[in-house]
Amino acid sequence: MGNKQTIFTQEQLDAYQDCTFFTRKEILRLFYRYRDLAPQLVPLDYTNKPAVTLPYELIGSMPELKDNPFRQRIAEVFSEHGDGNMTLDDFLDMFSVLSEMAPRDLKAYYAFKIYDFNNDDYICKSDLEKTVNKLTRNELTPEEVSLVCEKVIYEADVDNDGKLSLTDFQHMIVRAPDFLSTFHIRI
Amino acid sequence: EDKEEDESKEEDNGNQQNRASRRKNYQRKNRDGKKAREEGSQKKDRGKTAPTKDQKESENKGKKTTKRGKEGENKQKKDRKNSTSSASSNSSDEESLSEEELAMLKEQVEQKKKLISTMRTKPWRMVKKLSVLREAQDFVEKFEGALGKGKGKKLYAYKMMMAKKWVKFKRDFENFKTQCIPWEMKIKEVESHFGSSVASYFIFLRWMYGVNLVLFGLIFGLVIIPEVLMGMPYGSLPRKTVPRAEQATAMDFSVLWDFEGYIKYSALFYGYYNNQRTIGWLKYRLPMAYFMVGISVFGYSLMVVIRSMARNANESTADGDDDNFIFSWKMFTSWDYLIGNPETADNKFASITTSFKESIVDEQESNKDENIHLRRFLRVLANVLIICCLCGSGYLIYFVVKRSQTFSKMQNVGWYERNEVEIVMSLLGMFCPPLFETIAALENYHPRIGLKWQLGRIFALFLGNLYTFLLALMDDVNEKLAEEDVVKNITHWTLLSYHNSSAGNDSTVTPPPLDPADVPRGPCWETTVGIEFVRLTVSDILVTYITILVGDFIRACFVRFVNYCWCWDLEAGFPSYAEFDISGNVLGLVFNQGMIWMGSFYAPGLVGINVLRLLTSMYFQCWAVMSSNVPHERVFKASKSNNFYMGLLLLILFLSLLPVAYTIMSLPPSFDCGPFSGKKRMYDVIQETIELDFPLFVAKIFSYVANPGLIIPAILLMV
Repeated sequence: MGNKQTIFTQEQLDAYQDCTFFTRKEILRLFYRYRDLAPQLVPLDYTNKPAVTLPYELIGSMPELKDNPFRQRIAEVFSEHGDGNMTLDDFLDMFSVLSEMAPRDLKAYYAFKIYDFNNDDYICKSDLEKTVNKLTRNELTPEEVSLVCEKVIYEADVDNDGKLSLTDFQHMIVRAPDFLSTFHIRI
Repeated sequence: EDKEEDESKEEDNGNQQNRASRRKNYQRKNRDGKKAREEGSQKKDRGKTAPTKDQKESENKGKKTTKRGKEGENKQKKDRKNSTSSASSNSSDEESLSEEELAMLKEQVEQKKKLISTMRTKPWRMVKKLSVLREAQDFVEKFEGALGKGKGKKLYAYKMMMAKKWVKFKRDFENFKTQCIPWEMKIKEVESHFGSSVASYFIFLRWMYGVNLVLFGLIFGLVIIPEVLMGMPYGSLPRKTVPRAEQATAMDFSVLWDFEGYIKYSALFYGYYNNQRTIGWLKYRLPMAYFMVGISVFGYSLMVVIRSMARNANESTADGDDDNFIFSWKMFTSWDYLIGNPETADNKFASITTSFKESIVDEQESNKDENIHLRRFLRVLANVLIICCLCGSGYLIYFVVKRSQTFSKMQNVGWYERNEVEIVMSLLGMFCPPLFETIAALENYHPRIGLKWQLGRIFALFLGNLYTFLLALMDDVNEKLAEEDVVKNITHWTLLSYHNSSAGNDSTVTPPPLDPADVPRGPCWETTVGIEFVRLTVSDILVTYITILVGDFIRACFVRFVNYCWCWDLEAGFPSYAEFDISGNVLGLVFNQGMIWMGSFYAPGLVGINVLRLLTSMYFQCWAVMSSNVPHERVFKASKSNNFYMGLLLLILFLSLLPVAYTIMSLPPSFDCGPFSGKKRMYDVIQETIELDFPLFVAKIFSYVANPGLIIPAILLMV
């Protein structure tokens, strides 16, 4: 195929193709999307791996993410230091996991991390409350929120520790019929 | 490495070479800073050995601790072993040791390769993935060379090279394939506005377009093109010419619209094809090709549908009606990440809130008693009503088809009478589903279950209509077959009398052949069937487009512009904007495909019409959805809906195969039209080809194989 691009070396492109679910053309397209967020910050030559990080505000303003109530958590999970500022590698990683081709288990792993707001490797009641409030934009009363969270813990908590571990979450989510189709961003 | 050490210890027979290699292993571990006690034994050994071993040790000390170094050591070790003179017993031991190590290495290389191929599914940071990938790739590259030493080295290296080339080729091919997929951006736009369920219809449409394109290529390339290029031209044979009586009106638009006139006598329909065994200078066996293409259309469709179902089945898991995780699933899977539009997002937030509130209410009221008897009675009543509707619509179609047969015998039929059948069928398809929905309100099911019932009923409606139509058509065909005998006689006598009369005038001049337009024609039933299907498809297309135009677009215009001067809020109340009816559209698509499958054997041009239809549908419906529809308020699909629709498609495939197979197997082809004319049955063409074209022994083989005594056990074995 036409190897006229000078952004990446061929080895870099091959390595990206091995590490993500994207084809060569898609990777280049994603690079241009990344660059379009801040053309003055992102160089056109990535052969010597420049350490460029885009701040969260730019990532969160992308059309695919700007209406998503969990965009901040998504950016935080995939960013290097957990602050939402993403390098190109993180960017590619994020869209690879959220793409159509990613398997269920991989998505479940990252979904768990996204919904774990306090990063303690458990989804506890406060995490659930935050999730519900984000989903309903605070339209439910506190009693309703509390009821929902208790029901969720009752349904999914298998080891009975009052919070959801990764195994509890995976056990619950792999049975969900809509998970693969909703946890998906097309870019 | 521990394993290596143990195994080398076991094999050690006190042989000096082995001890040297063992020492090397120990030294390596020392450098890794792991085992100190080996140092003691190492020193002991050093005391006993000759200076050459010291040389080796010092060389080894100089090496790095990377895997590359290990490989280098192995190479060096083998070189040294080869260079030092050794007894034959020594060499056999060294072979077995290196074999052990080889096997281990091979295993490690395989592991690394597996890691490389599944790298993208690992839940690691990209940086980590890249570095592990590089490490694994380097390891594989270094050791692949080493593994090739000894027996079969060249073959191994060749195999590795081919494997690499194959991986590269597959990757390039995947890249190419994704580039070829059309309409990706269009679908993405629809997805961001309407969510994944509406977009799934368009993805299904695109898939059907691909399948139809392949079928079109098959039929066009193998049947129509050879006929057009190499067959006899228009006007040369009776079957290829418009009869004298019809020639006056053959170019009229109304006649062409009914697919009579010049269109009927063209390569688009069965009747045009000649039954010459071979045509043109290529000796292309057209009748055989026609038959095989007809069969392979079904075969290919079957393969593609089943493959798609298998792929979907891998992804979907347990029952979506599982009650155990209602709240969890609502919380974690209700937000559609594909949404990229503020209005849709607002809608989604509202629907999620409503959904939570409803579930909370359900939860609190779950102990309430319901009146089971009343509910059961209402459900039975609803089902009875619906069955009445279905029977009524079936009878209506039968009646209308019978009437159209009497019409076709009359002269001066109006436009309505000619098209009555198609109009009635399309109207039924348009009005019955909403009727079913209103009746189903009696049943009071959970919406997801209610949706399934609704889909099942619409399916039954379409199926009943289609089969009634077919039955009525079969009556028609049988009538035509009876007519044929009569016409055959007439034709025979006409030709005979013509020859006699022209020969009687002047016996020296050979009589001019009868003009093809004047030869009396048989009632080619296959072409009639083909024409019926084409007309049905075209009217179906038109009705669909008009429904969308009126039902969605005009309605949206009305609501938007008349709202200013209307008493109540048109947008919020009745009629408001239309929602995109996913299930209705998908079923329409599935049934359309069924009709294509049924009709394509008798009208090869039908698939081309369908390809055009799907293409325009894509653009038209995308435009209509974006301009006149609003996202659904309640969003749920029938669970595992992808496989549900594929299952429907499979069922329709079988159901449309049945009539075609029946007609091929049991009805005699017309005597004067089509590629099988003159034969007793259509499948005789296979026998003919085997007898005449293949060498003798093939025919013998086939006659043995076709023995029922052989076939039945074979089938039983497969079962």
